[in-house]
Amino acid sequence: MIDGLNPALILVCGSLLALLAPQGRSRNLFMLALPVLGALQLWSLPYGEHARVEAFGLTLTTLRLDGLSFAFALVFHIAALLAVIYAWGLRDPVQQVAGLLYPGAAVGAVLAGDLVTLFLCWELAAVSSVFLIWARRTRRAYRAGLRYLLAQVASGLLLLAGVIIRFRATGSIAFGGLGLDSPGGGLIFVAFGIKAAFPLLHNWLQDAYPEATVTGAVVLSAFTTKMAVYALARGFAGTESLVAIGTLMAMFPIFYAVIENDLRRVLAYSMNNQLGFMVVGVGIGTPLALDGAVAHAFADILFKALLFMSMGAVLLRAGTVNGSELGGLYKSMPLTAGLCMVGAASISAFPLFSAFATKSLILEAAAREGHWIPFLFLLFASAGVFHHAGIKIPYFAFFAHDSGIRCEEAPRHMLVAMGLAAALCVGIGVFPGALYAILPYPVAFDPYTATHVITQLQLLAWSALAFALLVRTGVYPPELRSVNLDFDWFYRKPLLAAAAGAWGAALRAWEGFNRLLEGSVERLIAALALHHGQRGIMAATWPTTRMVLWAVLLLGACLIFYYL
Amino acid sequence: MIAHLPALQVVIPLISAPLCALLPAGRPAWLAAMAASWLAFLIAALLLYQVLAHGPISYLMGGWPIPWGIEYRVDALNAYMLLIVAAIGAAVASFGRTIVEQRLSLPLNKHPWFYTAYLLCLTGLLGITVTGDAFNVFVFLEISALSSYVLISVGRDRRALVAAYQYLIMGTVGATFILIGIGLLYVMTGTLNMGDLAARLPAVSGTRTVRAAFAFLTVGTAIKLALFPLHLWLPNAYAYAPSPVTAFLAATATKVAIYVMLRFFFTVFGVKFSFETMQLDKILLPLSLVGIASASLVAIFQTNVKRMLAYSSVAQIGYMMLGVSLVSVTGLTASISHLFNHALMKGTLFMALGCVSYRVGATRLERMAGVGRSMPWTMGAFVIGGLSLIGVPLTAGFVSKWYLIVGALEKGWWPVAALVLATSLLAVIYIGRVVEVAYFKPAPEGQRVEEAPLALLVPTWALALANLYFGLETSLNVGVARLAAQGLLGATP
Repeated sequence: MIDGLNPALILVCGSLLALLAPQGRSRNLFMLALPVLGALQLWSLPYGEHARVEAFGLTLTTLRLDGLSFAFALVFHIAALLAVIYAWGLRDPVQQVAGLLYPGAAVGAVLAGDLVTLFLCWELAAVSSVFLIWARRTRRAYRAGLRYLLAQVASGLLLLAGVIIRFRATGSIAFGGLGLDSPGGGLIFVAFGIKAAFPLLHNWLQDAYPEATVTGAVVLSAFTTKMAVYALARGFAGTESLVAIGTLMAMFPIFYAVIENDLRRVLAYSMNNQLGFMVVGVGIGTPLALDGAVAHAFADILFKALLFMSMGAVLLRAGTVNGSELGGLYKSMPLTAGLCMVGAASISAFPLFSAFATKSLILEAAAREGHWIPFLFLLFASAGVFHHAGIKIPYFAFFAHDSGIRCEEAPRHMLVAMGLAAALCVGIGVFPGALYAILPYPVAFDPYTATHVITQLQLLAWSALAFALLVRTGVYPPELRSVNLDFDWFYRKPLLAAAAGAWGAALRAWEGFNRLLEGSVERLIAALALHHGQRGIMAATWPTTRMVLWAVLLLGACLIFYYL
Repeated sequence: MIAHLPALQVVIPLISAPLCALLPAGRPAWLAAMAASWLAFLIAALLLYQVLAHGPISYLMGGWPIPWGIEYRVDALNAYMLLIVAAIGAAVASFGRTIVEQRLSLPLNKHPWFYTAYLLCLTGLLGITVTGDAFNVFVFLEISALSSYVLISVGRDRRALVAAYQYLIMGTVGATFILIGIGLLYVMTGTLNMGDLAARLPAVSGTRTVRAAFAFLTVGTAIKLALFPLHLWLPNAYAYAPSPVTAFLAATATKVAIYVMLRFFFTVFGVKFSFETMQLDKILLPLSLVGIASASLVAIFQTNVKRMLAYSSVAQIGYMMLGVSLVSVTGLTASISHLFNHALMKGTLFMALGCVSYRVGATRLERMAGVGRSMPWTMGAFVIGGLSLIGVPLTAGFVSKWYLIVGALEKGWWPVAALVLATSLLAVIYIGRVVEVAYFKPAPEGQRVEEAPLALLVPTWALALANLYFGLETSLNVGVARLAAQGLLGATP
């Protein structure tokens, strides 16, 4: 392949060139070729810094390849490829371009060797991805997209501010370890945190992803947050506070996910939970933990894409992804149901499925470093994942009580994409060595020890048993009231109940604060409109005498000021 | 020939103006105006090239030596300004003829007079920029102002007459203030040549007369460049003038006024006197900050897109004056390069709006519903111009905002840098409103709108692409601006 060519450029330029190809098979084939070519180019590049560009009076390193960036860039290409196949039947140029431009920007970001290039890609990813939400072309999606864009642009601005401060203080724009204490480090940390959906900075994710199109949600789920995990791993590896943040991230979405009815929103919450594991890995910062974070990001992109694809197929065929309206779909969509369960098994870390091989790296690292409290919380979070993602998603969509919906099986191209993703999930689970080989640090870890397998199986088996018993005895209502079960479950663990209560109180306080904020924002806008609105004093057409009066006043003021 | 370029820069449009009036209406008059504009652009480009290669040019009108004759003096700053004015002039003149004339309230046989007025305005703006004589500045100021009143008043909206009248009053007050300032300086020094003025002023700088001159020049130029709160003439004048006129004036007239201010305060009075003794920056800084915030907010609430962009211009002028009040090379570089970049972005936006009003017949927000789909190329250019206005990376607008923020941080003015970033978000809102209506609102029933004709799209897209080009390749817009800034601050390398 071409020496020193940035794979991101293949995706970015190719996505625009794709518009020239006639809609239909030829454009699809062209788009399919782009991630393949990009991945080949990536594969052919040796590690090191390749492209340097002079711009804005700075030397930019636009292409830096090492173990960390390679793993992320590779899985981004795979995700882009799966999305192209999944969207084979799509005839919407907006989504087609955005569906490749946005991955291109994300690849550019993980290959960026300096902070300015990172910022440019960061912003391109923000701007290009919002079209995947807007492409649904509903009022609701438009508004959600706008809120999403604001959050993303805010992240970009913080990053820019941090980079400027850093550049002014140190004269360097290199993107290596930054640390919280370095000049501008705090701002950059928050910028990364917004994209990584840190607790309290996470709302854009649950808000926007479920409003995206069928394909859009699949594409969105792969890139933005993982790009942020990469940026954290590059800039803030070993930052102690990340362990706490990540643990919190892994815990809190569970409470939401169990009471959520929109199954794609459930998946959005479970993204937070999975990201929590990765953030903990980055926070621990040992080679094993970082390997775990990277490996888990790799696996997460694949199984989360698989789950979003299956829910997308349900949305396409059944017209809804609300748990209360679905059920019994396995009769109509048996293949989708099967593939969805592969995804569910992967996210729940069943042995022989991908997360088992990757999540255990992070847990092992936490144990070795003596982070026992986070370790226990993560263990609990693993059980929670099984509840809301592993069981709830397939159960309510495909089983539970029969909703009477009879529809077609998912289209063939979607099945192919899901099949490929499922194969990769199982592949990583069965042959973890292949994934371990491309991680930044050498891995000396075998997930398939007897203790480990048995512990995990026990965890899952007891969860499943509880679930089965509750359904049998009718305690588990198959519909929306599943909320009750989850709180029942918590009540039997008093500590957790207290935590949940405290969380609820904090939540109410937060909501109250939000309402207060909204109220004052509304009042602020009204006050602004009074003066700056159409008929406000600042916008009105003034009599000429008044204009001249201002000129004279200012002249008088200047004369006095200058004479003094 | 080459030696006479500074004179030709003014003389060619000046002679072409009456020529246009004599030519038959229709194509001939338009062609003459276009030829003169493109020639002026060519000359400006050659002048800039010469200045960059060989340093400042001094040209004596008619060979009269300096104290008696008029000197035309071209350094990096005016060569740069000449290029901006002439380039926008050429782009606007290339705007299709039928379209321009459709927007006028004149009978067909009077159309050549429109081109005469346009060329006179161009002459005036180029003359202000090229001359090195203070009184000559005033003369050209009046030529450009009087002709621009005419240009505004021929808009089809009847409110254009009132707007032109108000502009006439304010413009005259401003020009008179400038004249009084120049007159006082003449009394104190006995010369009108800027170089001589700069040499003789320090001896008399303690006097009240010179201070009064300084005050008159401050307010006079502030009116002409529409500094908040003296901007009140601007929104209506821009909103009701014919679209090509708005594009031309918005991109050039206020910029030239800023040039006059820079020239007087940095070159004639000198940095030390203007900013250390008189502390001009103490006046400019608060006014520009309030102007940025207030005008951006007003823009958000406007329903006429042209008026909205006019208010956004007031805010952008605030950015330029903010850069000036930093009194540093970086701040001035930001200001001067923003002169260039803002001319590009506002030129693009107003020309795209011209396309919209040609097809839709109005620029009110609600009438633009659905034009994103029916006029994809026009709105594409609008979006590029809008992104540049917001200051999105890879556009020209980003470059000048970057330097402005860096300049503010150099001084340690955090809140100012934060305000610049926050007001960029306000620009996201008001540009976003237009994009929302154009792309996401369905077109009204029965409205059939076609894409604008090629004659409109080509100049519009030329400017739109320039926005992208100068966002990446900044050696012209920032490189020369930095040279000019260093020249003004006396830190010539």
